[in-house]
Amino acid sequence: MSGVVGAVLQVIVIAVGSPLLVGVMRQVRARLEGRAGAGIAQPWRDLRKLMRKEAIAPHGTGWVFRAAPPLLAGTALVVAAVVPLVTTASPLDGVADLFAVTALLALGSVALALAALDTGTAFGGMGASREMTVLALVEPTILVSIFALSIRVGSTSLGSIVTATVEDPLSVISPVSVLAAVALAIVTIAETGRIPVDNPSTHLELTMIHEAMVLEYAGPDLALIEWASAMRLSVLLGLLASLFFPLGISGASTGALALLVSVIALVVKVTLMGALLAAGEVFMAKLRLFRVPELLAGSFLLALLAVAASFFLA
Amino acid sequence: MGVNMTDAMYVQLLDLACGAFLLTGVLVLWRRELSAIVWLFALQGVALTALIVVLGSWQADLELILVGAGVGALRAGLLPYLMRRALVAGGEGRETQPLVNVATSLVVAAVLAMLAYALSQPLVRLSPTPATQAVPVALTVLLIGFFVLVTRRRALSQLVGFLLMDNAITATAFLTTSGVPLVVELGISLDLLLAVLVLQVLTTRMRAAFGGTDLDELRELHD
Repeated sequence: MSGVVGAVLQVIVIAVGSPLLVGVMRQVRARLEGRAGAGIAQPWRDLRKLMRKEAIAPHGTGWVFRAAPPLLAGTALVVAAVVPLVTTASPLDGVADLFAVTALLALGSVALALAALDTGTAFGGMGASREMTVLALVEPTILVSIFALSIRVGSTSLGSIVTATVEDPLSVISPVSVLAAVALAIVTIAETGRIPVDNPSTHLELTMIHEAMVLEYAGPDLALIEWASAMRLSVLLGLLASLFFPLGISGASTGALALLVSVIALVVKVTLMGALLAAGEVFMAKLRLFRVPELLAGSFLLALLAVAASFFLA
Repeated sequence: MGVNMTDAMYVQLLDLACGAFLLTGVLVLWRRELSAIVWLFALQGVALTALIVVLGSWQADLELILVGAGVGALRAGLLPYLMRRALVAGGEGRETQPLVNVATSLVVAAVLAMLAYALSQPLVRLSPTPATQAVPVALTVLLIGFFVLVTRRRALSQLVGFLLMDNAITATAFLTTSGVPLVVELGISLDLLLAVLVLQVLTTRMRAAFGGTDLDELRELHD
């Protein structure tokens, strides 16, 4: 029962909290750059403004264009329900292991890339092609690095992996975990389109990836995409925190108080990581687009070495 | 020795040192700035020292710990210091154009790691202890060092490739045997120091004569 409650709770926390996370990250950036900032609730205010606008689609676009935003948001919500963030005993855990989670994330990205192609504009095609370049290295890295952690546990279920780490917290200090953590952190940054892979706050045609794909969206559709992107960022940061620092996460049979503690722990961990990420971005420049595959190939190598190490050092 | 370690802790510390050893080796392949490469080499020296000290305190062998300290002083202290001096004198900050580009060489490193694991299996089967199980890591670094030596153009990065290979050979020696005699290790270390000193002088002379250390330009005879 507490598994169901926990899963519902984590979907609610992600759905409500992820725009706030984006707000916190923008605020941290603004303060570090010496600006006042718009406040942490600004992304919610933006979403409200966009939702009130009329739904409008460019001429010549078909169902692919209209289906992408709900699909992106839907996959993000399902992933938020599956991934162990508040509880390790999500009722969906049995049907959705790490392969399913990676596939769901990829489904959202591919839907958005197809929608960008559907618009037939130069920017859409360019953004889609760049997104696919990044995705081709990101998805295998996510798979392989979590797979490295799953070997120790003997199960590909994310819940079991996190439960094993909760039972033996010191097992995180091993070369397998360290290599996998670095690889997963890099691909999280790439997947969510942050600096140094992509810059979420620019519309410069030479550099944008994610923004180029969503350029033709307006109104409620754009709101849905912005919300889904924020959810993907929070889920991936939360997954990173759960896999390598699962402090305070609930098990199968815990009371209401423990679940509350887990929610608070999740919020604190994800906010801290988001603030750190934003602070890091202030000091970093975006990589040249042609150097991005280099970074991702490096993270893939680290993930592969993590798998190799989990076989041979253990 | 006064250090008491449980089995699990010994394995964990050993694996951690090996992981750091491997990671620094891979990062040398990744980074382009020569100063960063020298830093990474120094960090690898620290990891190697940790590896030997962990092995030494597990076997309660004071001589091994002292050898480890000596290795650390040479590879994490003296050699990086000499290379940094050569770097400051040289002025070329970056590995501009490796023969194999960085993204490809990272993928090649993945293949090399698999090769090392395949090759070291007979060695591991001889006596499957935690130390010998880490031999593939040392062999991977050996192959990566050789790859750096072959594909980089700057004299300094080739030197780091050579030193990576030597680090890996030392690590393999300590992992497979129960301690290398002090005299042998001293001989190897002095050889290494001499090689670096000679190469440093050579680099300076090369720059004085040709104005650069791009070794590929030295293939043809000039007037």
